[in-house]
Amino acid sequence: MAKPIVSYKDVHKSFGDVKVLTGIDLDIQPAEKVAVIGPSGSGKTTIIRMLMTLEEPTSGDIIVDGENLWKMEKSGKMVRANEKHLREVRGDIGMVFQHFNLFPHMTILENCMTALTNVKKVDKETAKKDSIDMLEKVGLGDHVEKYPQQLSGGQKQRVAMARALVMKPKVMLFDEVTSALDPELVGEVLEVIRDIAKEGEMAMVLVTHEMDFALDIADKVLFLDGGVIAEQGTPQEVIENPENERLQDFLHRFNR
Amino acid sequence: MNNWDWSYFLEAFPFVVTGLKITIGLTFACFLFALVFGFFWVFMRNIPSKIVQWVVVWTMEFIRSTPPLVQLFFLYYAFPMVPGIGVALSPFTSAVLGLGIHFSTYIGEVYRSGIEAVEKGQWEAAKALNFSTREKWFKIILPQAIPPTIPMLGNYLIILFKEVPLASTIGVVGILQLAKDFGAQHFNYLEPLTIVAMLFLVLSYPSALLINKLEQKLNRRFDKNEPTGSKPLSESKGVVS
Amino acid sequence: MTISIIDIFPALWKGINITITVLIASAIFGYSLAFIAGLCRLSSNPILRGFTTFYVEVFRGTSLIVQLFWLFYALPILFNINLGNEFWAGSLAIGLNYGAYMSEIVRGSILSVAKGQTEAATALNMSRFQRMRLVILPQAVRMMLPEFGNYLIQMLKATSLVSLIGLTDVLYHGDILRSSNLAMAPTIYLIVLLFYFVLALPLIWLTRKAESISKKGVAN
Repeated sequence: MAKPIVSYKDVHKSFGDVKVLTGIDLDIQPAEKVAVIGPSGSGKTTIIRMLMTLEEPTSGDIIVDGENLWKMEKSGKMVRANEKHLREVRGDIGMVFQHFNLFPHMTILENCMTALTNVKKVDKETAKKDSIDMLEKVGLGDHVEKYPQQLSGGQKQRVAMARALVMKPKVMLFDEVTSALDPELVGEVLEVIRDIAKEGEMAMVLVTHEMDFALDIADKVLFLDGGVIAEQGTPQEVIENPENERLQDFLHRFNR
Repeated sequence: MNNWDWSYFLEAFPFVVTGLKITIGLTFACFLFALVFGFFWVFMRNIPSKIVQWVVVWTMEFIRSTPPLVQLFFLYYAFPMVPGIGVALSPFTSAVLGLGIHFSTYIGEVYRSGIEAVEKGQWEAAKALNFSTREKWFKIILPQAIPPTIPMLGNYLIILFKEVPLASTIGVVGILQLAKDFGAQHFNYLEPLTIVAMLFLVLSYPSALLINKLEQKLNRRFDKNEPTGSKPLSESKGVVS
Repeated sequence: MTISIIDIFPALWKGINITITVLIASAIFGYSLAFIAGLCRLSSNPILRGFTTFYVEVFRGTSLIVQLFWLFYALPILFNINLGNEFWAGSLAIGLNYGAYMSEIVRGSILSVAKGQTEAATALNMSRFQRMRLVILPQAVRMMLPEFGNYLIQMLKATSLVSLIGLTDVLYHGDILRSSNLAMAPTIYLIVLLFYFVLALPLIWLTRKAESISKKGVAN
């Protein structure tokens, strides 16, 4: 079996007294597409936010491409990672948010370019070319000089994807990227994700409520319930043969 | 720091403190005046005439963008000389009028923001119930508009308190003037002026905390955002995730 | 012998230079202190934070005129140092006072930039410094602008206090004129007020402009 690009090893997370995740063990292979489903409040989003270093796990290890994300070695001991270590390791990871989080003071093009030029130190010309290429790919080649406020929700989310993709991450995280959109705009965003998924080389983790879509593109489906991975497997296994009763209920609500 | 003299400090302290009566009294007198006069601006701005509104808005702008110190001098030194209406005003009266009018322009804006925050449906309801104009304002609008502005008004009270020592320049003998007198007699201003600073800090800081508390309480009670839309950014709390 | 209105203007005009330079110096002090103190109060270093909080609360909690007199009359006695002259004492007092108030604007604006902005910047692997420089500050500064404009008008008003420590600003010249022409006092002070109002007009205009700018380009 190939070496996983991301491994969660017995990861726990609490907010104060509230336990959100308990004992998460999970491997994500390079190029694997993982869909995370489950009722709201089950900790789905927290799983990927810890990988993006937006939340710190209470205990356990997250390994990214062989490196421990939240811990580093210091004079022979493993200690809490500092900002520098986090930056080194999280460079392989990209994320798209539910509420887009585009930078409102920058044009669409600048949104895509800023991390290339400032973080990756790519020269301006190359960054511009790469960004425009990526924006064309998500169907926004005509809008590069616009500001986020001038776009529809679906367009904003496609910019957010271009912004993350242009950094060429090895793992892309999608945090309920369609749930803040008007229903008629969901399709265009899913279409872009489907295209990215087809290209193949990047691992993807999708936290989503779009059940049909998730089952369609995922290699692996995780059902999260009460802070644990209650069931996991291929879409066929999970859908056609759900062992877990809560999963049966959950799927039932989506008419499966 | 070897020039600090505790015995001189202790000698000055009781002398300076006696001025608190005037300083605090003047603060409340100015505030009361501003509270009442603030309604005058609200009333004037509600007169449905473009010209009147223009005049009122720019008068308010004039008063609040020119120094209160000059306004005090005008009232104290110049007003008695104004032909026809001029009468001599005592320092205290000049200060009440000067600072009171200056702050009333701010208070008027606070009232206005409070009134604007009253839901449109309330005006319509007053109309539907066939209230008179007077009843509409006193029974429906103002009882809803004013209470949420109390913290803002409190903030202005504290700001006003810190402007009151300006009145020492026209001879109101509050703590600042007493400190200057004491310092002049003994050729040393260090301790007396430090006492004044301490008194201001000791009185205004707890009041500010109190008003912050009140504001949080009121915001909860009225269960809506700051009615003014101009909540000072300084009050915004960090986002707790 | 009374003077005429035509004589008042040039007499007051002699002070305009001082009024404007004190305003500029105060504004430079004030805005710089606002950013330094505002950022320090957000620092994770408790000593830095404590020290800055002390500065902010002391200067917000006492009165500007008291601070001015203290810096001018008391500080030289306490430390045997002199702030050079009236000009520096005046500008520093105004700068320190409004810097303290405006540091709260800086702090509040930075805190009110939406949390998602920091998260998006983190997801793009920006360093802490880059997040502040590229994402947070450009948005926070837009929010600060209207308040900064308001405080500039407040600082203009405050410059009139420097006449009390002997700086020859517009008000100072007005007072001199009045003391020798008591009957003209109403006209003199009205014109003094007009001087300040005319100086304030562009600032009022700038503040309104800033309000419209700040409404754009901010996520919150």
